[in-house]
Amino acid sequence: MTLTVTDLTITRGGVPVLEGLNFALETGRALILRGPNGIGKTTLLRTLAGLQPPLVGTIKGAEDQIAYASHSDGLKPTLTVTENLAFWASVFGTDSIQPALDAFALNELADRHAGNLSAGQKRRLGLARMLVTGRSIWMLDEPTVSLDKDAVQMFADAVRAHLAEGGSALIATHIDLGLDGDILDVGANKAKSGPLDDFDGGFL
Amino acid sequence: MIALLLRDLKLAFRAGGGFGLGLAFFLIVTVMVPFAVGPQSSLLATIAAGVLWLGALLACLLSLDRLLALDWEDGSLDLLATAPLPLEAVVTVKALAHWLTTGLPLVLVAPILGVLLNLPAPGFFWLVISLLVGTPALSVIGTFGAALTVGLKRGGLLLSLLVLPLYVPTLIFGAEVARRGALGMETQTPLLMLAGITAATIALLPFASAAVLRINLR
Amino acid sequence: MSIAAKANALWEYANPRKFLATSERVLPFFWITSMFCIALGLVWGFFFTPDDYKQGSTVKIIYLHVPAALMAINCWLMMLVTSLIWLVRRHHVSALAARAAAPIGIVMTLIALVTGAIWGQPMWGTWWAWDPRLTSFLILFLFYLGYVALWEAIEDPDTAADLTSVLCLVGSVFAILSRYAVNFWNQGLHQGASVLRAGAVTGTDTEEKVSNIFFYPLLVCIIGFVLLFVALVLYRTGTEIRARRIKALLARERVGG
Repeated sequence: MTLTVTDLTITRGGVPVLEGLNFALETGRALILRGPNGIGKTTLLRTLAGLQPPLVGTIKGAEDQIAYASHSDGLKPTLTVTENLAFWASVFGTDSIQPALDAFALNELADRHAGNLSAGQKRRLGLARMLVTGRSIWMLDEPTVSLDKDAVQMFADAVRAHLAEGGSALIATHIDLGLDGDILDVGANKAKSGPLDDFDGGFL
Repeated sequence: MIALLLRDLKLAFRAGGGFGLGLAFFLIVTVMVPFAVGPQSSLLATIAAGVLWLGALLACLLSLDRLLALDWEDGSLDLLATAPLPLEAVVTVKALAHWLTTGLPLVLVAPILGVLLNLPAPGFFWLVISLLVGTPALSVIGTFGAALTVGLKRGGLLLSLLVLPLYVPTLIFGAEVARRGALGMETQTPLLMLAGITAATIALLPFASAAVLRINLR
Repeated sequence: MSIAAKANALWEYANPRKFLATSERVLPFFWITSMFCIALGLVWGFFFTPDDYKQGSTVKIIYLHVPAALMAINCWLMMLVTSLIWLVRRHHVSALAARAAAPIGIVMTLIALVTGAIWGQPMWGTWWAWDPRLTSFLILFLFYLGYVALWEAIEDPDTAADLTSVLCLVGSVFAILSRYAVNFWNQGLHQGASVLRAGAVTGTDTEEKVSNIFFYPLLVCIIGFVLLFVALVLYRTGTEIRARRIKALLARERVGG
């Protein structure tokens, strides 16, 4: 399934931040999202994930295909690693969490409470969630924060395996994951303020 | 849906989940009442039904600000919103979990507290019935309030201000059933009204809750 | 002009600029006529009508009490309509009008409650009774408070408009439910709403009539309050529009547009 974005303008707090976005995300490809801090990368990912409507433009092929990972991992500290993963697996209607545990080396931690994990371990658990969603388009927002070198490698391998199975990924990151992916720099799409005297112009 | 319900129940029962806080609050409020109004058993018997209803209502209110706020803070709500589960189902399950961990225990201990307040004998049955029928509405309405205030830093007080007026019809009919029952009067009309309110809120309010949650997630 | 074209022309006023320009033009008319009507109605009512044979001169507080009570309810109705318009058509002016109306509704509710208490004291011998009508107004007051508090609590203006609109919708349903619940809970002292029934004026259907001699100055007062309400809403909506505009301009500046 190809994700196609046409002439997209997105807003944050009612103010347009990025405009004129056009790109396609083919199956088996990764797209690395780049741009200076505060440009609206997170807003773009949230819009694509369907959490907020775009101001103008269309997003095709995203319906029920996207697995989204935000800055926070959505972990419950009083549940064990297994319980956290199993919950998301059953919400998304997939059965096995074992591949996810394997891919992010979580087997030894399986019975630990998520609250007792280190920041990097939590992040690994959060990323392992992507594997149990069974969805084809991954959207990741700064996935490598607090990961060490080995864990970054684990993550890159997981993404590569996902792409090989016909999935795709849109990743906002500043480090080089060694992925065979295109780069989407949104720096040039910064929204210019529109005319002030259109219908509701003074408000937007 | 079952998975979400089981998770919420598990979270409530584990350490720090807050299960039992509502019950303890209900107990303390009930114990405080005789200190405030005096120990005459005839007076207590008159106000017992109303006081127990008010206590149960406040105990329900107490746990509402954790209902969605915890999932909001740790990002689960974002992830749930992108999951195959419709948000209407999410808020319904959340309300059900809230009722099972707060409302239902209140119903079960209310008769014991009724003894403390000298509730007349015929009142026990009607107190339990009215709470059983009415508390689900409290949870569902409360979920709407929690969804409205989920993004706010200090939403707790505002939540009470928004939810309490919405509780008025439920409280009036619920307490009326218990009061009339205690006096041995006819209870059918208020009980039907109470059941009607509960049924209508369960059927309709989740749509409003999901709508405001969607707005807050933007 | 066809009806559709007329309807379209009406939506033109949802343009903030057009709204501001038009409201500034018509506001003086509303201010002057409302002040004139209220002054006329009050002077007429206070000094040129006889005392009631049962209630004495206390009855004259009706000239404040009834119009304020009417406006308290109609203000909520107006907020409901403008909230719906915002949710359906996304006209910012509509949402801001609802926001602007709420404090007016609060004041009207307070006037109705306070004048009612002052009237009730000599009549029923008590400042306050848990009569269904009085109780309903108190509940309405609480709904207003919650509505305004929600507006104040939310930073993002569009989010605030959306959430308060839904609250207004849901609140309306619960307000009506409360009205019935309160009626069931206590049949009270307050006389029925007797002013706007034809029979009440002619006195054919009930003993509790408001006779013609009180009715005409009362009608003038009601018209005055309606005009005053319109003037206040237009004025306050203008203020809200400007405040919103300032906020939007500041936001633009922050993102460096």
